[in-house]
Amino acid sequence: MNTSSHRHILIQDGHVIDPGRVNAVVDVLIEDGTIVAVGPQLLAQAKGKNTSVQVIDARNKLVLPGFVDLHVHLREPGFEYKETIKSGTAAAAAGGFTSVCCMPNTHPVNDTQAITEFILEQARTAGNARVFPVGAITKGSEGKELAEIGDLRRAGCVAISDDGQPVMNSMVMRRAMEYALAFDLPVIDHCEDLHLSEGGCMNEGIVSTQLGLQGVPAAAEDVMVSRNLALAELTGARLHLAHLSTVGAVRMVREAKARGIRVTAEACPHHFTLTEEAVRGFNTLAKMNPPLRTWDDVHAIKEGLRDGTIDVIATDHAPHAGQEKQQEFAAAPNGIVGLETAFPLTLALVEEGILTLEAAIEKLTAAPAKAFSLSNGSLAVGAEADVVIVDPHETWEIDPSRFRSKSRNTPFAGWKVKGRVRMTLLRGRIVYQAEEPLQ
Amino acid sequence: MSLKHKDLTGIASLNADEIMQILETADSFKEVTGREIKKVPALRGKTVVNLFFEPSTRTRTSFELAAKRLSADVINFSPSNSSVVKGETLLDTARNIEAMQADIIVLRHSSAGAAETLARGVKSSVINAGDGWHEHPTQALLDLFTLREKKLELKGLKVAIVGDVAHSRVARSNVYALTKLGATVRVVGPPTMMPACVERLGVKVYYDLDLGLRDVDVIMMLRLQLERQGRALFSTIREYSRLYGLTPERLKLAKPGALVMHPGPINRGVEIAPEIADGFSSVILDQVTNGVAVRMAVLYLLSGAGH
Repeated sequence: MNTSSHRHILIQDGHVIDPGRVNAVVDVLIEDGTIVAVGPQLLAQAKGKNTSVQVIDARNKLVLPGFVDLHVHLREPGFEYKETIKSGTAAAAAGGFTSVCCMPNTHPVNDTQAITEFILEQARTAGNARVFPVGAITKGSEGKELAEIGDLRRAGCVAISDDGQPVMNSMVMRRAMEYALAFDLPVIDHCEDLHLSEGGCMNEGIVSTQLGLQGVPAAAEDVMVSRNLALAELTGARLHLAHLSTVGAVRMVREAKARGIRVTAEACPHHFTLTEEAVRGFNTLAKMNPPLRTWDDVHAIKEGLRDGTIDVIATDHAPHAGQEKQQEFAAAPNGIVGLETAFPLTLALVEEGILTLEAAIEKLTAAPAKAFSLSNGSLAVGAEADVVIVDPHETWEIDPSRFRSKSRNTPFAGWKVKGRVRMTLLRGRIVYQAEEPLQ
Repeated sequence: MSLKHKDLTGIASLNADEIMQILETADSFKEVTGREIKKVPALRGKTVVNLFFEPSTRTRTSFELAAKRLSADVINFSPSNSSVVKGETLLDTARNIEAMQADIIVLRHSSAGAAETLARGVKSSVINAGDGWHEHPTQALLDLFTLREKKLELKGLKVAIVGDVAHSRVARSNVYALTKLGATVRVVGPPTMMPACVERLGVKVYYDLDLGLRDVDVIMMLRLQLERQGRALFSTIREYSRLYGLTPERLKLAKPGALVMHPGPINRGVEIAPEIADGFSSVILDQVTNGVAVRMAVLYLLSGAGH
């Protein structure tokens, strides 16, 4: 299919879900990269204006806003052997994501305007997805001195985080939250008390006991969630809690929201799909931070998604090279890729009755956009055409060798899942198209 | 006769029958170690490599003796003077050894899971000689062999394992082995040294040594790892020894004739009083003797020499 010559695209007869706006079988008309109409029978309107219109048949497919991932690691600059901005955004497009926020734990850390601009330039050149950098909270993410947050904002950062690390010093975190108010920037914390988690490489529980591995107790996360909520209350800052994984964290966020504290929270597909049991056999593909926990925690995450305590689904896409994960368990780095597996795992929540289809889509589109004040994530008339077309019925097998990402570190290899991204459009241009189903 | 497994990475992967098979095979090898000429040709022409990333004299010597008594060729490989220092990974080190036609690799490593990681990556048989806190299967097997030799009936035997259970691969392997064979196991130690959810392993937990020793048939003392001081796991050696050290008075709380075991090396006067270590209740040296026979059995069964 010729991607460059068609400036005008009609997506026809798809089930369009634009959470809060549209949930019906209608057409979407795109002209020059912008959505000009969403409604029934737009073919005449399309043909009327333009001689050359590409018609995409979306019968039995869902037509959705391109997904927005608030938490990915693109690894560039510094770790290009794991992933580059080009390969990471290609993976994003393959997973239906048209916007990603990349974390600053690159090398060097993204704590300056120069690095932010470099990232944006690489993303522009690659042209696979929008990249919204997250800047560091502190210089070098060392947790001591504030980074030039004003500069980072001006350069294009949409939030700040020392991700990979928590900000351990509560006084520094307080000041960061206050300072960020001047720029209306969300402050993201990776909630982990490093003293409680020290040496740990999986959840503390029966599996860590049986495997003889040092565990990280749920309390290591809960302690920092509690601290951050108290600081958010004190400062009035926009707090965003990354990758929640425990019963306690969900409970505290629910209670804080009920009291009117400004907090948004995210959960990753692996934390609502897998437990610590996946680590058995010392499976490094199940090693991540925060770790996979128990069924009680999984149920709490699902309940949090259902009742809105958890606003957003994000992937924490964390590519690592093969040889890095092939080490002894304690030595292997934390994290799994997630961009290309997120959609079917999210759809599984709909199958289970945890979320309605519209609510699930909202967690991937409107909600993340709102959390970070991004203008993308909708199919509103006048919006730039970031669209994903998915087949919610297609079953397929997750095959890491076919990933667009440079890395293959996923525990979901070989899983038969339902829900496949068929096409992704960025600004009205096709940036990903699936090969035909193998059946 | 051989085991259905390529490797011995832990007791967790053995069932009760397989454990008994190893112990019964060890019976015949114990007989060999009592002969004038302590050698059988069972593994002649085979190569056994001791790949020890952690220092160890007794276990390595024990495996070396076992392999040599089976007529195997033995290589000792200690990474401190080798390419691991140059950054070679565990897997690459092992593949190089395998390329030299090693039939069996005996691995000791500081990382839990190292043996399983290695076993998945090489065709050679891998024997876990201790991987971090995870397992030390041949230790548990020789402990069981010793008990069986002295006590005969493992089912219903009351065993107390005392000390830093959380960080002890010997404790883990013994808990698995003893519970699989029907013994009643207690773990005794300070709460800071008990692993999470330990009761779910089928053991009873005691923080009080006097209570924990009451009426037991076997006391298994674990070495206090002095390097753990400074991580808030225990206070001082003095306090630890007063609360959890085995003294002659405490020994009297156990059943008359109770046996005292220790995987070694012992901290005299810390976890075990010298007079007990040297006394008639102690089977510590029998454990060492039996270690060779048990390791001969494991090497023999894994090599498929019976075929």
